[in-house]
Order: sequence, then structure tokens, then C-alpha cells
Amino acid sequence: MPGKPIVEARGIHKHFGALHVLKGVDLVLAERELVFVIGPSGSGKSTLLRCLNRLEQPSSGSVVVDGVDLLDPRTDINHARQRIGMVFQSFNLYPHMTALGNVTLALRKVAGKSRSEADALGSAALARVGLADRAGHTPGQLSGGQQQRVAIARAIALEPRVMLFDEPTSALDPELVGSVLGVMRDLRESGMTMVVVSHEMGFARNAADRVVFMDEGAIIEEGTPAAIFETPGHERTRAFIGQIQRH
Amino acid sequence: MLQTFFNLEIIEAAWPIILAGLGNTVLLSLVVVPLGLLGGLGLAMLASVRKPWVRWPLMAWVDFFRAFPPLVLLIFLYAGLPFAGLELGGFACVCVAFFLNTGAYYGEILRAGIDSVPAGQTEAARSTGVGRLQTMLYVVLPQAVRNVLPDLLSNTLEVVKLTSLGSVVAMPELLFQARQAQSLTYNPTPIVLAAVIYFLMLWPLVRLLSRLENRALAGRG
Repeated sequence: MPGKPIVEARGIHKHFGALHVLKGVDLVLAERELVFVIGPSGSGKSTLLRCLNRLEQPSSGSVVVDGVDLLDPRTDINHARQRIGMVFQSFNLYPHMTALGNVTLALRKVAGKSRSEADALGSAALARVGLADRAGHTPGQLSGGQQQRVAIARAIALEPRVMLFDEPTSALDPELVGSVLGVMRDLRESGMTMVVVSHEMGFARNAADRVVFMDEGAIIEEGTPAAIFETPGHERTRAFIGQIQRH
Repeated sequence: MLQTFFNLEIIEAAWPIILAGLGNTVLLSLVVVPLGLLGGLGLAMLASVRKPWVRWPLMAWVDFFRAFPPLVLLIFLYAGLPFAGLELGGFACVCVAFFLNTGAYYGEILRAGIDSVPAGQTEAARSTGVGRLQTMLYVVLPQAVRNVLPDLLSNTLEVVKLTSLGSVVAMPELLFQARQAQSLTYNPTPIVLAAVIYFLMLWPLVRLLSRLENRALAGRG
């Protein structure tokens, strides 16, 4: 493993009422590591991701990110979350603000930057995702791929230590997927630690250090992309990989 | 007919009284509309706290003040409370009554608006470290208000009309002044005049509302 752990989730259980969604999951990432989480829908992979910034409160277990215990009631969660960027399947851009407004809201209201400072940082973040010329556009005026890149800019403008991606390309038309994956690849090359819930196999093969396969709330197996995709050890993994490759 | 209902001499005589009433109606509206909105905002934001010990009392409060006729509420405050040693005066009574009554209505409208904003909006803001209150203020409320703008405007129209209730607690607003002028002149012309003024004042709002509603329908198309 390259470097020391930066994400340490251990023994995570999550119940939604009678539903037991996560059944004792451990996920540890070293700095600069990119981990792919795959699995059938309902396997708990998105819930696991959402536990890593406490959008979902685990029923039990521990989550430590960049040395901060997220489940400690004394933790300032708003402060901690600035170091954990998140990108959603449905972008979730603020429709009443421009691209730059989306990117600078947290910079101004949480990080305490002045408007000019925030605008400079926000413009730089938009430039990083190749959208410097779209700063004044509202989300409605942007394509899905551009919207998702603005969402990535919104997260990286806060200079997070870890980025979480929840099916970032699932809502996109096929021809727009490439631009978003390109930005993710750049992030990867800049050394960002990333957890990606996605079924983009090609990207996983090229970019992931590790692939984790989940089913029914538990990690079934994990390994290098080559190992998981070509010589999976479990029947369930094999069946799942076969299914998504047929598409 | 015209001599009875639209007597020009009487209009001339009653004009200053009516005008003062119009001024007070406008002033009253400028006080009670923000007051009701403020109460409604408070209620709507409380409603987004999904805890049973907030939810149930809140629901009881809103139901109670929506079911309670505002005229009865106002008279109770004005004529009932003094028996408990609390004399508020006409203006204060109107303010309290509108805060309670129209606050409950505005609250329900704003709550529906807040519910119409997808949860992903809140999650996105919270994931960047924006706090609960600021998320509400900068992300959720602007979208919520836009989504229920026709309903807010429609309710505001009702509130302005309801300011005529102030006449029962001797607030010198438009209707009260018109009644004064009527009893002084023994002629219904001042009432007709007040009606015309109400119409002229509110008609632009009604037009605007229609346009907003049509646009909302087209947008849904």
C-alpha cells in the first residue's frame, strides 16, 4: 500500500428501520489511493460512501478521515466535510446560481473567503475541469457532462483530502461520459485519494488501485482490477461482472 | 341612483377621510404582510425538523389558527383579553392576530415550497460543509419561494383584503373611514368609493397572479 491510511471505516453497520443495509463493512484507503466500489443495486455501496462523510449516520462502527473521527459528537462535521468532497449521480447543482456561484458558496459561507478571493479560487477550480468559459452560465444552460464537471469543481475548490464519487456518470448520455472521466483521471494524476462507486469498467481497469465488490451489505471480495475482473474468486462476483460486461 | 351611490359632492367631502384610511390600509399591509411572512418562515423552518416533539405541537398550532376565524380571533384579543388584565390596543391586536392567522397560512405555503426542493440540494450543500441554517437560507429557500410564488402572492392578496377587519377594533383604515364618512353623510357613496379603491389597489396584483399562474402551467406543460 502506498502511504499511510487517510480513510478508515471499520465495522460499519447501517440499519434503516428493519432493513440491515450494511453488515460490518471495513474500508481503508491509503493516501493517493483510488478504490472502486462495485456491486448490484441495493448492495449498500452508496450507503457506505455516504457514511464516509456522515451524510448517513452509521448505526455502529467507526469512520476516521484524515485523522478526524467523524462519529465523535465533538467533531465539527461542517469543518470535517470541507476536506471530503462528494459528487452525486444527479449533480445536485443549485439551479438558481451560476456555475461560479455554485462553486463559491461554501468558500464564502463556510471557509470565510471574501467574494474576490472566493471568485478567484472558484474560477481556478472551474478552469481545472475545463469550464473557465462557463462561469456565468446557470446549470440549466449546461449539458449533463458540464454540470457534473461543475459539481466536481464545487468539491475540489475546497481543496479536499478525499473525493467521494457516487455513480458520477450514471445519469449522463454516453457521449458525455468521457469528459467527466477525463476530469477524474486528471484528479487521480494530481494524487487525490478517491472512492468511486461506479460501473465504468474501462476506467476502473486503467485508473483504480483496487476494486471492492459488495453484495447484500457486505464486501464479498477485493483486489486489483485485473484480479477482480478477470479471475474473481467468488461465484457472485463472477456472475455480477458477467452481467455488467454484457452491456 | 347615481345621486345615491356615486354622489360627487359627497365624494368631494369624504375624500380626505377616505384618503387617510387608504394611507392607513397601506401602512397596515406593510406591517402585517412581513409579520405574517416572518411567522410563516419560522413555522416552515420548524417543520423541516423531523422530530415528533416538534412536529405534533407545530401541526396542532397551524391547524388551530387556520381553523380559528380571524375576525373572532381579533375580537377575542381586543375585547376578551382585557378581562385577563391584558389591554393591547387596536393596532397591537391586529398585529398579533395577523401574525397568528396569516403566519399559519404562509407557513403551510412555505412548508410545501421547502418540501418541493429535492433532498439532493440539501445534501450537496451539507457535503461541502455548509451548515443547516445557511443551507436553508441560501440553497433551499430561494428555490422554495420560487416554486410557490403564485400561492404566496395569492395569500398576500387575501391578507391585504383582511386588513379591513381592523375596522372592528377601531383601526382608522379604509373601511373604517368609509363607514365613518357614510354615517356622517347618511349616504352609501363612501362605501362604494372604498370598494373602488380596494379594487384599483388589488387589481394589478390579481393580474400579476394570473400571469404567474399561467406561466407555471405552461412550465409544467
